[in-house]
Amino acid sequence: MSTATFRIWRGDVNGGKFVDYTTEITEGMVVLDAVHKIQATQANDLACRWNCKAGKCGSCSAEINGIPKLMCMTRMNTLPTDKPITLEPMRAFPSIRDLATDVSWNFRVKQKIKKFKPRPPDAPDGTWRMQQEDVDRVQEFRKCIECFLCQDVCHVLRDHHKHDEFIGPRFLVYTAALEMHPLDTEDRLPELKQAHGVGFCNITKCCTKVCPESITITDNAIIPLKERVVDNFFDPLGWLWKELRPKT
Amino acid sequence: MSGSAPWASGTTSDFSKLPKRGFFTVTNYETFEYDVLIIGAGGAGLRAAIEASTAGVKVGLVCKSLLGKAHTVMAEGGLAAALANVDDRDNWRVHFSDTMRGGQYVNNWRMAELHAKEAPDRVKELEAWGAVFDRTPDGKILQRNFGGHRYPRLVHVGDRTGLELIRTLQDHGIHQGITVHMEHTMVTLLKDGDRVTGAFGYDRERGRFKIFKAKAVVLATGGIGRAYQITTNSWEGTGDGQSLAYHAGAELADMEFVQFHPTGMIWPPSVMGLLVTEAVRGEGGVLRNKDGKRFMFDDIPDLYKNQTADNPEEGWRYCQGDRNARRPPELLTRDHVARCIRREVNAGRGSPHGGVFLDIAWIREKIPNATEHIKRKLPSMYHQFMQLADLDITQEPMEIGPTTHYTMGGVRVNGDTQMSTVPGLFAAGECAAGLHGANRLGGNSLSDLIVFGKRAGEFAAKFAKEHGAGQVNDAQIEQAARHALEPFDRGASTGGSAEGPYQVQHDLQEMMQSLVGIVRREDEMVRALDGLGKLRERARHVAVYGHREYNPGWNTAVDLKNLLTVSEAITRAAIERKESRGGHFREDFPNKDAASGKVNVIVGKNPDGSMQVRREPIPEMPAELKQVIEEMK
Repeated sequence: MSTATFRIWRGDVNGGKFVDYTTEITEGMVVLDAVHKIQATQANDLACRWNCKAGKCGSCSAEINGIPKLMCMTRMNTLPTDKPITLEPMRAFPSIRDLATDVSWNFRVKQKIKKFKPRPPDAPDGTWRMQQEDVDRVQEFRKCIECFLCQDVCHVLRDHHKHDEFIGPRFLVYTAALEMHPLDTEDRLPELKQAHGVGFCNITKCCTKVCPESITITDNAIIPLKERVVDNFFDPLGWLWKELRPKT
Repeated sequence: MSGSAPWASGTTSDFSKLPKRGFFTVTNYETFEYDVLIIGAGGAGLRAAIEASTAGVKVGLVCKSLLGKAHTVMAEGGLAAALANVDDRDNWRVHFSDTMRGGQYVNNWRMAELHAKEAPDRVKELEAWGAVFDRTPDGKILQRNFGGHRYPRLVHVGDRTGLELIRTLQDHGIHQGITVHMEHTMVTLLKDGDRVTGAFGYDRERGRFKIFKAKAVVLATGGIGRAYQITTNSWEGTGDGQSLAYHAGAELADMEFVQFHPTGMIWPPSVMGLLVTEAVRGEGGVLRNKDGKRFMFDDIPDLYKNQTADNPEEGWRYCQGDRNARRPPELLTRDHVARCIRREVNAGRGSPHGGVFLDIAWIREKIPNATEHIKRKLPSMYHQFMQLADLDITQEPMEIGPTTHYTMGGVRVNGDTQMSTVPGLFAAGECAAGLHGANRLGGNSLSDLIVFGKRAGEFAAKFAKEHGAGQVNDAQIEQAARHALEPFDRGASTGGSAEGPYQVQHDLQEMMQSLVGIVRREDEMVRALDGLGKLRERARHVAVYGHREYNPGWNTAVDLKNLLTVSEAITRAAIERKESRGGHFREDFPNKDAASGKVNVIVGKNPDGSMQVRREPIPEMPAELKQVIEEMK
């Protein structure tokens, strides 16, 4: 039976410190198993979020040896155990306690994005027709489990604290899913350019790298949104056409 | 925040109005007033909240986790609705009779009827709210095969349908002016005479008590899976709704019917119990024992003989959409498949880690590009096994075994309104009883959530409009608060020597698993009742340390009461039903009993606080529904 030592950040919004816990490691274990074991036997009040334990709900986000990951999908055999494994909360958000952070900003941001507005139904029974190939790219974005790891790693939020000017990769993906939805008729480009700050992203692709759902956030969502904003607001020929075209 | 002004659409900015932090003395709790309070924010709770807010009443929604994280995200295979997009022979009558047959005819037939009739409209509504389901070649919503459904009926998105459902409802719901209280635990329902007038609980972030006054309350808290050791359920599935309702005087029904899903992961140990979707079998996956034999052909129940293939070739043609083929026996109902797996294991024909093999990789023999096909149809399963078990399901069979998945039983409700036997108290989704009878068909849960979530929201709003606000009882609140805090007092007074809540929870799960599990016997269940008494005594003495802010030890201690209540209800109901039917299998009564098939087992609380169990005749089914069942035989 092997053991591993976890150096877990314990504290709250007023500060905290790392505390070491050593626990047994068995075959197939993930980091969340170890945290549960520590919780049950050594630190009943160790705070962490989790739900599905299968990478489907996005609750157990943390920084494992400094890398944003889901604890439930990080196998112990992928981590070196010759030195302590550090476990920290997501650092881009205010601390609540131990590994739990205050992610309520994300919920407020989502609410500011204009909701889905479908075109009138295609068929008399109130249904629509869409081809699979036309929904494939939207389905990629809708895989998002809202773990907020992309928000955690994004330097615009993490280092520059632009929470009031930039909605972050998660909500650019959310906006992309709405904008590219075959049925949607809403226009979200003005906010995207202004209040939602798509221009802040300088395509370092850190978000894509940490996404546990392997969504190609930068290439498939953010860059096309940037292009739409550019086409709409900065293309002189496009501007001329919009000004001169016959008004209906 | 606590005013009672009528809510108006789109005017409330919910998350920006999260309550401010402050200090409250024990007698000065923050109070919120709503017309309708909904407890639980999975599919049923969100759908109820949307419906109630659309009806123009002020809605509060409290949930145990963050919004969008409820157990609904774990639903994989799909949502059953007779849209007839893939097979035009499907309609509500077929869906109704499939649901009744799957439930072994002890279902609430009115709920089964409403469910089959209304599910298609609820699905179309989801599409109007932005859901993006997989498509047919002619651009309609695609439907897939599933156990117990005669035709391809499950609307889906790969194998992440639950996520699509909850996200669609969440993203629509946040623009409805619903006030959301995330990460709250409710400790009791508040009553004024017979009627429910709200709920009392605390926020887990700060550990502050809060009073939620409401004219009507909807319970949508999900299942009881955490009463067992091997389960697909997250920490949230502790039977909160069933327990809150029971202690408030409502009746529970069908608690003996617990569904053990046949295919849970069994290796490595840390993932034991994790769900492997039935869609694997819907896409052509087969079950084999260690000798490579497809054992499901060995035992096909009479009720399903006409509908089941008797050779592998026909079964495969069915999975490929051949309308004249019958479904393979792997797609028999979950109760039956789970028992067949147990039989193989007990006979020494199991896999190395005590299960059997589920093989989808074999379809390589049948179709080109099988690897890509499997990854496209079952993406989460592919990743789940790759990441957690180092196993490539496109190349190798999976090892699986039964896992506690779902409770057919729950709060007894009126089929049309979803109101419980307590006025003003409603229940919907898994925490309500009736639709599924003795066994739920896969795919009928997501449809249950939206059909009866909507109905609960609609009738709760109606009740709220027709009734004024009731009183809340200060003495009841003080008692509940004192009771909830007792574990801290014991922690302080015993200085670390008292037992913590985790060991009691663990022992309860172990006992329920071994004594009231997939195969039951009277003597074992009587022992379980005795064991529950001892566990209750231990639970009364557990201690919690530290402070109230985000303290998982405290939350576990509070949940113990609910787990003990539902475990007792399951055990007593299971002793009462002296036959085998659906999810309830008695080794000492291995056959169905005609007389028992005419009753539901009802659980209620006696005036002295003890648990009462009785049988109640199932109301006579109307002639037209009887005829539907007759026609579909």
